[in-house]
Amino acid sequence: MSWISVGNKPRAVVLGASAGGINALGFLFSELGEDFSLPILVTKHVGLNDDRGMLRVLARQSTLPIKVAKDKHRILPGTIYLAPAGYHMLVEEQGVVSLNLEAPVAHSRPSIDVLFQSAARVYGQELVAVVLTGANRDGADGIRTVKGFGGTTVVQCPETAEMGFMPKASLDTGCVDYLVTLEEIPAFLDQIGGA
Amino acid sequence: MIETCSVADLERLELDLLLDAVKTRYGYDFHDYAKASMIRRVRKYMDGKGIDHVSELIPLFLHDNRAFYRFVKSLSVVVTEMFRDPDVFKVLREEVIPVLKTYPFIKVWHAGCASGQEVYSMAILLEEEGLLDRCQIYATDFNDDALQLAKKGIYPAKDIELYKKNYRLSGGKSRLGDYCVSLYDSIKINSRLAERVTFANHNLVTDGVFGEMHLVMCRNVLIYFNEQLQDRALTLINDSLCPRGFLCIGRRENLKFSQIRNYLEDVSNTLRIYRKLGS
Repeated sequence: MSWISVGNKPRAVVLGASAGGINALGFLFSELGEDFSLPILVTKHVGLNDDRGMLRVLARQSTLPIKVAKDKHRILPGTIYLAPAGYHMLVEEQGVVSLNLEAPVAHSRPSIDVLFQSAARVYGQELVAVVLTGANRDGADGIRTVKGFGGTTVVQCPETAEMGFMPKASLDTGCVDYLVTLEEIPAFLDQIGGA
Repeated sequence: MIETCSVADLERLELDLLLDAVKTRYGYDFHDYAKASMIRRVRKYMDGKGIDHVSELIPLFLHDNRAFYRFVKSLSVVVTEMFRDPDVFKVLREEVIPVLKTYPFIKVWHAGCASGQEVYSMAILLEEEGLLDRCQIYATDFNDDALQLAKKGIYPAKDIELYKKNYRLSGGKSRLGDYCVSLYDSIKINSRLAERVTFANHNLVTDGVFGEMHLVMCRNVLIYFNEQLQDRALTLINDSLCPRGFLCIGRRENLKFSQIRNYLEDVSNTLRIYRKLGS
């Protein structure tokens, strides 16, 4: 896929998904190369006590180590961090995760906007943000912020997503660099983050 | 001089200058707060005022102390619920309460009680276990607005179904409705439950040890601090526990960065409930 041109070598990937996201993330994590070297931070909307179930399903499929984030978890390369149910997940300058309990954003806690906006401030141009399937508009403000700080923005084609509303809302910001199908995303990420 | 300064670098610089100004002018030191949450609060405050740059808050806060105190109050606004993490309350009921029952008088401290939902959850639990009348509960926060809310014990009625579900899952012995009354679109917790509660202003960052507590609840407060400040606050909390006292922190928080880990044994590490070793 020679059409990808990411300005700076990225240091992290952030992913946002909502309805339909478990299938999409499961596929994505099963297809990523085992030598994928960037941390991946994921906010997937999830019911209040359901993150264990989500972890179990995704861990079975993932080629990379995957965990539900704890406060001040050090962000390691080649590792997937899921936002815990009921908390917003943010990135701190020192390369650690932090959590908070501010009000839901876009009716969601965890919120994709909150993750993307904090990661944009820490990683700037060295961030890749991806919005997948979903049925609300969380992620759109985040995509705008990521772009504003010079990062690379990617959205799943709304027509091919299980739920097109969320990727469409992000696309409508006019701040999206790449529009890709789910099937194309693993190769896309491997190209920027493979060893 | 730095040749290139990215948008993010500039914002960090502005925030540091703002925190310096605030510390010098008011004595509040926010440098060791978790910056990612802090910048969200700052940005939200700026959006409300139509301010573009963080540094514009410096003259505002230096000259307008009411604006500053409003901002400080907005920093610690959290949105939580009664019996959040029901399994934590279940283990408190089944494993911690039986030990507390052996004491003639029990002191419980909610450090960072915010709007008080957890304080009332605990009061209900103690009441059902026949302990409330020999308890003194201290509920502290550094935000006076939050303390006022906590004291009133009035919460949006739309949350009651979630509270009820949590209560049931936590092993509640009665009906949550027995402990509150409905008022239009709110619920009010029975004032009887507040009789054993003292609400007081206390700042974990600047204030001292709180007395010999049998149980300290400090859930989802440490997440707003960086590792150094977490360790400092946890040391203060550990010093406020009596020998063999219990500590409960938030489910996604951890003691990894704190030296106090060495002085605590697990009641349930997954649920973040610990017990101080004997002296």
